[in-house]
This record gives sequence, C-alpha cells and structure tokens, in this order.
Amino acid sequence: MIRYLELVCPAGTPAALRTAIEAGADTVYCGLRDATNARNYPGLNFDAAELAAGIRFAHDHRRQVLVAINTFPPAGGSALWHQAVDTAADCGADAVILADLGVLDYAATRHPGLRRHLSVQAAAANPAAIGFYRDRFGIRRVVLPRIFALAELAQLVPQLGVESEVFAFGSLGTMVEGRCYLSSFMAGRSPSMDGVCAPAECVRYDPEGPDLLARLGTALLNRFGPDAPRSYPTPCKARLLTRGAEAYPFEEPVGLNAAAILPELKAAGVTALKIEGRQRGRAYVGTVVAAFRAMLDALDRGEDPDAHAGALAALAEGGQETLSAYRKGWR
Amino acid sequence: MTAAITLGPLFWHWPAETRRDFYFRIADEAPVAAVSLGEVVCAKRAPFFAPFLPEVTARLRAGGKQVLLATPAVVAGPGELAAIAEAAAGGALVEANDITAIAALDGRRFVSGPLVNLFHEGTLDVLTRAGACRFVAPVELSRPAIARLAAHAPDCDAEVTVFGRQPLAIAMRCYHARAYGLHKDACRFVCERDPAGLQADQLDGAPLLRINGTQTLSAGYLVCLREIAGLLADGVTHLRLSPEHGMDMVAVARLVGRVAAAALDPAEAEAALRALTGPAPWHNGFLHAHPGMDWVAAA
Repeated sequence: MIRYLELVCPAGTPAALRTAIEAGADTVYCGLRDATNARNYPGLNFDAAELAAGIRFAHDHRRQVLVAINTFPPAGGSALWHQAVDTAADCGADAVILADLGVLDYAATRHPGLRRHLSVQAAAANPAAIGFYRDRFGIRRVVLPRIFALAELAQLVPQLGVESEVFAFGSLGTMVEGRCYLSSFMAGRSPSMDGVCAPAECVRYDPEGPDLLARLGTALLNRFGPDAPRSYPTPCKARLLTRGAEAYPFEEPVGLNAAAILPELKAAGVTALKIEGRQRGRAYVGTVVAAFRAMLDALDRGEDPDAHAGALAALAEGGQETLSAYRKGWR
Repeated sequence: MTAAITLGPLFWHWPAETRRDFYFRIADEAPVAAVSLGEVVCAKRAPFFAPFLPEVTARLRAGGKQVLLATPAVVAGPGELAAIAEAAAGGALVEANDITAIAALDGRRFVSGPLVNLFHEGTLDVLTRAGACRFVAPVELSRPAIARLAAHAPDCDAEVTVFGRQPLAIAMRCYHARAYGLHKDACRFVCERDPAGLQADQLDGAPLLRINGTQTLSAGYLVCLREIAGLLADGVTHLRLSPEHGMDMVAVARLVGRVAAAALDPAEAEAALRALTGPAPWHNGFLHAHPGMDWVAAA
C-alpha cells in the first residue's frame, strides 16, 4: 500500500533491489545489463534471470518493479531494445520506462497490457507534448524534467491526464535530459545512445607539476591543486575560462535534495518521488531510502518529518545540496 | 546527383536589424533553396525580430527560397507554446524541434528538426506517420546511420548539416545570464553582446565551447566538405549550413553548392573555407563515429 507519496528507488544491482525494498521503497527501478538503459556502467544492472528473481522478490513483498529502457536505439539496432521490452514483459515487470518514439511504438503495439511510463530522457515538459505520448502510446505516467518551480508543478500536474513522478534526491544534471551531446562530443559516448555520460574509461587524471589535470577524452575539464577536493570531470560540471576567468559556467557540483518540500510536492498533485542513483552502492541506497521512508511515514501520520532528514545531508553530492529548481524555478 | 543547400535557423541573438540585413543578403545572393526562420533557443528573443518577419519572408520568397519556420528546442513556458501555436497556424512549412510542435501540427506536413531525437528506423516510422516529409539528422548521427535512415524512408527527404557550430546541449537555465552575474528573468539580453557566443575555453586556453543563452555549442566549426559526395550517394537530399557571425555565409553556400555539384574539389573548397573561418578548430567526428570534436582527415 502506498503511503503518502509513492517512493520510487534505484536498484543498480539485485542486492540494491533487496536493500531498497527492505528499507521501505514502494517501487524500485532497474535496467538490463546493456545499452538499453541510461546507467550502462560496468558492474551494474540485471540479466533476465536476475530481473525475474528481483521482480518475484518485490512482488512477494507487495512492491513494484519498473524497468528502465530509456535510451535511443541506433540505426539498425532496435532489436536489442525490442528484446528488452519483451524481457520486461516476460518477467512480469509492473511497468517499463521508455523515451524513444520507436520503442514506445513497439511496446504499445506488442505489449499493450504492459504499463508504460515516459522517461525523463524524453524531456516532455508541457501538457501538449505529454498528451502526444499519452494519446499515441498510452503512457500512464511521466517522469518530469527537473526544471519546474513548485508553483509551476502545481499548475502543470493537473493538466497532464497521467500520473507524474518527480526527482527528490540525487545528482543533478544541468542540461535537458536526452538532448545533451556534450559527452559524445568529447568522449564519443553518448547518454542518449550508449546510456553513459563521461564514462570512466574516457576519463584521465594527468599530473602537471603539483596539480592534476582532469580530462574527458581530449578535453581538459578541470585542474586540481594538491589539497583541493577532486570532482569528476562531467562536461556540465567543467571548470572553463569564460570572460577571462576560471569559472564553472554551467553548475558547481551539488546534489538535489527535496526533503524539505515533500508536503508541497504532494499538494501539487505529484504521484511519485524518484530517488536518482542506480550507480550508487547498497549502503547509499539503504540510507537514502530509509530516510525518505521515515519522512513519508511521518507525514502520513501528520508528524514533522524533519527528525529523519539529517541522514541525507552528508550524502548529497560534493557535500552540498540544493532545492534549486523547486524553490525558484530553474533559471 | 546534387542536393539542395539550406540555411538552418539562426541560433545566436543578433540585433533585429542585423538579422534582417543578413537575411536580405541571403535572399538576394545566396544559392540556397530553403531558409529556416524562427527562434529556436530563447522565446524571450522572438519579439525583437517579429516585426521584421513578414518583410524578410517576402524577400526570401521573392529570391526563390522556400521559407520554413523553426520551433523552439525546449517547450515549457507560455512564450514557447505561443511560438508553436503561431507556427502551426501559419502558412510556412514548420521545422519541428520538439514533440510539442509535432503534436500541434496534428498530421500536417513538417520537417523533423535536428533537435528531435531521431536515431533509428522505428522512430522515423513514427515521425513519417505523423507527417514528416524531411528529417534533419541530429548532430550525433554517423554517416552509416544517416544512410540507413535515408534508405529506410525514400519518400522522406534527408538533410545533413555540413557547416556551422554544432548545438550540443540545451538547458532551462541561462548560462549567458549566469556568466554575467544576472538572473534569466532579468537578463537584459546580455547574449546580444556575444553575437558569436560566449567563449568557454579549456583551462590551457584551447577553445572548447560557445555559450548562447540556454544553448551550448561547439567552439569550432563543423566542416563536412569531403563527405558530401558520399552523403549524396547515400541518399541525402539537402545540405544545411548554420548561420555564423562574421562569416560570409553567401561564400560558404557557393562553396558547398559547387562541391555538391561536383564542380569543385573538396580539398580546394576546404582551402577556401579555411580562409573564411580563420584558425578556429574544425570538427567532423560525429559523421565518422568518432568523438564529435575530432577532426578525421581521411574520409
């Protein structure tokens, strides 16, 4: 039974799936071990047997499993994506999370009974676009881009005619999802098609005197002094020269934490909260999910959820966290 | 075999009169078959040029050019929705850069713009069923992928961008305003100060990106001249140029047109183009399934 808001949690591995469910996730989402999902990193994801077992485990606990098939197939290569949809259906997934028009078309035609969610990778951000996916492909839920202020969400959500899921915690991309080619420009690997942004095998840290130069492909994206904290050279978190000075032109490394506005999200009509982080370990997943479970249960009982929020602050990326978009709109 | 040369939408924010005069010259002198107008990047800029739009459209049509109206890349607010509604109600062929525009056209013919995620045949099927009569390849597509798409839907024209800075990302936040310490809602249109974008160089000074409001582009130019013959053999019907500041776009159009007509050797065309672009980096990696910023010399 869903209490307050549905808590949708990441499972990068079968162990993380069990951890998330035991920590109180209503729903977990995961991907197959190939380019069909947007967290296609080594050591992550599920094969078909693991997916089937994970879904059985979740259903035994009366929880749900969503399968993310949210990248874009290359020309001549859609068979793998079709197979992923078939596998999700065969394993009894509660829904698939899709982004590509062709894959949505396939799923709607071949598996009309399999519930379809629209991935944030589709970057649908208004009622007309979401209505297109709803009317053509029968999507039942949209994962909304992380761009709206609370007031904008409250206006948008009732117009959609489908459920909406919003991000509550995790890493914050600064570009519109599914529309960013910076990683493939620098490293030849694309979030859209390969399911990876700035993959580790394309990252180098080269010493230069006392400093370390961080490169993605051939692009120099940061320089760290001997005592400076090192961040990962993701393109949108690059330090570059603009207007004659070193700056982070897009975003300083921070994480999203919406713990302080859960009642407002509920009041806006949101159905589900999404925790980002299929690339994270079990300990992280367990801590974040347990904290959100405790906060949502407290709210359900009419209590103050703040007592349970402390565990989250230390986990936000770079130790910093933001409510950026939800407070003032992402401008 | 030859191809139609087209001019894509202007990504940069230029003063309205500069923009008008740029298009007047294109109308009168450039050997291009089609020109996409419309504001793709920031809806707030659109009102500046709107008064000139009828005059520019008429001049381009008098010059024998097909005029298209390109729609915004990201549609979330009232400004973008109004632009879509206007485009859908107007008489010009629409270059749709987002699903919202395709939904608004409700089955009428459109060109699928380069910012629509079109990577494989199944997606092209959905787009042609929805009314796409031409697709512009997204920047990431390789030549084999473009060939597959062109072969899959022979009734749908295929367009590939061959010159200009490459649009790499779009955001809701304005990085131009951020760089000048301003808020997007009170941006004072600072992006107009940088008609070729705001440089964002690597820490060693090497060029990397250009910021254009909410959009991020390559600092270097996409240059695909030696690839043109192969693209045409693969079924590509239209070759697109992207308008650039301080660049003689008429001269670029003539060069590309002569290469497409096999009247000029690509190496000679490259030498002539180098004189126009100066020392800025050139990129053609995406077309060769390399990192986009690469320059692949052997084609």
